[in-house]
Amino acid sequence: MLLTNLAILVLAGFTGYLTISKVPNTLHTPLMSGTNAIHGIVVLGGIIVLGLGVDGALNKLLLVIAIAFGTINVVGGFLVTDRMLEMFKSRPAPRAEAQEDAGPDAPRR
Amino acid sequence: MSRNDLIQLLYIVAFSLFIYGLMGLTGPRTAVRGNRIAAVGMAIAVIATLLIGGMGNWGLIALGVAVGTAIGVPAARQVRMTAMPQMVALFNGVGGGAVALIAWVEFRHTGGFAGEPTYVAIFSLFAAIVGSVSFWGSNIAFAKLQELLPGRPITVGPGRTQQVLNLLLLVAAITCGTAIVSGSEAEILMIALLLAAAILGNFVVLPIGGADMPVVISLLNAFTGLSAAATGVALNNTALIVAGMIVGASGSILTNLMAQAMNRSIPSIVAGGFGGVVTTGGTSEDGVERVVRSTSASDAAVQMAFANRVVIVPGYGMAVAQAQHAVHEMTKLLEQKGIEVSFAIHPVAGRMPGHMNVLLAEADVPYEQLHEMDQANSEFARTDVALVIGANDVSNPDARNKADSPIYGMPILNVDESASVIVLKRSMNSGFAGIDNPLFYGEKTSMLFGDAKASVSEISEELKAL
Repeated sequence: MLLTNLAILVLAGFTGYLTISKVPNTLHTPLMSGTNAIHGIVVLGGIIVLGLGVDGALNKLLLVIAIAFGTINVVGGFLVTDRMLEMFKSRPAPRAEAQEDAGPDAPRR
Repeated sequence: MSRNDLIQLLYIVAFSLFIYGLMGLTGPRTAVRGNRIAAVGMAIAVIATLLIGGMGNWGLIALGVAVGTAIGVPAARQVRMTAMPQMVALFNGVGGGAVALIAWVEFRHTGGFAGEPTYVAIFSLFAAIVGSVSFWGSNIAFAKLQELLPGRPITVGPGRTQQVLNLLLLVAAITCGTAIVSGSEAEILMIALLLAAAILGNFVVLPIGGADMPVVISLLNAFTGLSAAATGVALNNTALIVAGMIVGASGSILTNLMAQAMNRSIPSIVAGGFGGVVTTGGTSEDGVERVVRSTSASDAAVQMAFANRVVIVPGYGMAVAQAQHAVHEMTKLLEQKGIEVSFAIHPVAGRMPGHMNVLLAEADVPYEQLHEMDQANSEFARTDVALVIGANDVSNPDARNKADSPIYGMPILNVDESASVIVLKRSMNSGFAGIDNPLFYGEKTSMLFGDAKASVSEISEELKAL
């Protein structure tokens, strides 16, 4: 079991390496943010340990905090990345439109 | 098919979606979809986990998820685009915190890993150390970027004291870990290990100056990934192993790319080097008073209105001033006058790679106007006006000319090659890295002091009046 897992570990490492090796500078921040969301998968660890049962209030409290942390990481990470990327989308098409109402840029928030 | 097979199958689907999603994230057109695909993968992984046989404590699990959602969603929705780097640091930190907490509970739950295979203890303790470093390091990075702590390097003691202290802390953490692996069950060892790693996390990030912060956040991101993968090995969970390791590997590459862009090695950044030389403007090292030419918004407007080519060099100053919309407004006015305008983006301008691109994209600046460093540098020689908006270190000619400068060798934007330079700056304070910039004293340079957004808006008003 350990050896299988180590094999998966090594292969995943190379996969990550090859997937990322060609990214334009522009996307570095969203990419960091996106990978950041993915390591929020630790929330699964918290769910498994808590779900399969631990004794003691302190253990339970620590795990609830861990799950909350993991959830923040996942949910926040994906949402922030999505918000950032939305801005890159629809670049060339609505450009003409944007220039027509060239008035003072309305604050978007 | 047994329930366990189904779970494993769903995990395979989940991590395939992670990898496919990440592939999408590497191209501007597919990025939004890529991120959503990865999010779907995450949902599948969570559902699969909930299917594991014999699960209980549903109420507490729901509580944790609810609290996390209640905090995470508004935080992500409301954060301003300029505060993005801090937010990523914070999200990264809580991930590391989760890893450390899980490892701690594992220790308590199994009575110091008694009866567990040795590798479970080793991987759990590795996860505990790295997760704890990542949690505290990220929090310090957050506090520095949020300006709760000064951005300048903070060190304990003179010279190498800091490095020696860091090394001792690491040794202490590893010693506690070794004792636990070799059979000791005292919880005090686990707490000491977490504590040593926590102090180490603080100490590692505190001495790091702002210019190096992007690299550090990326490094901590990779750390959290690795610690998640280690947790996966300890818990025998494929989804955790694959997802964690992919982040660990990709984060390492990203860190390396960024470090290369600054011509710095990762060890020297972690050792904390930047900001050692702190000279504030006004006098050069030999004490000679240097002259700074300041200009007015109307002069700047006239200068640009009669140019053929204007290149805008944005930096962190544009981000703090929230000036991106005002800047786009100004570029549109210039373009109406038939002036060619482009943006020169340094790979580490701002506090994260791509920081400027995100802000300018937010302000609807067309993608094609953003030129990367190599392209931009080939264009400065035929540029009439270079407008530097709060970008200090990435335009500092010392990186080319002065061998004893801390940033010597870092590739920069050759702003000084253009016919004239206008620098928007709040005051004569040196940049985040605390390094003086001779560009400001150049004969071709004029300085427009004030808040970047206010200055740019003023220039726009003047342009309209012309």
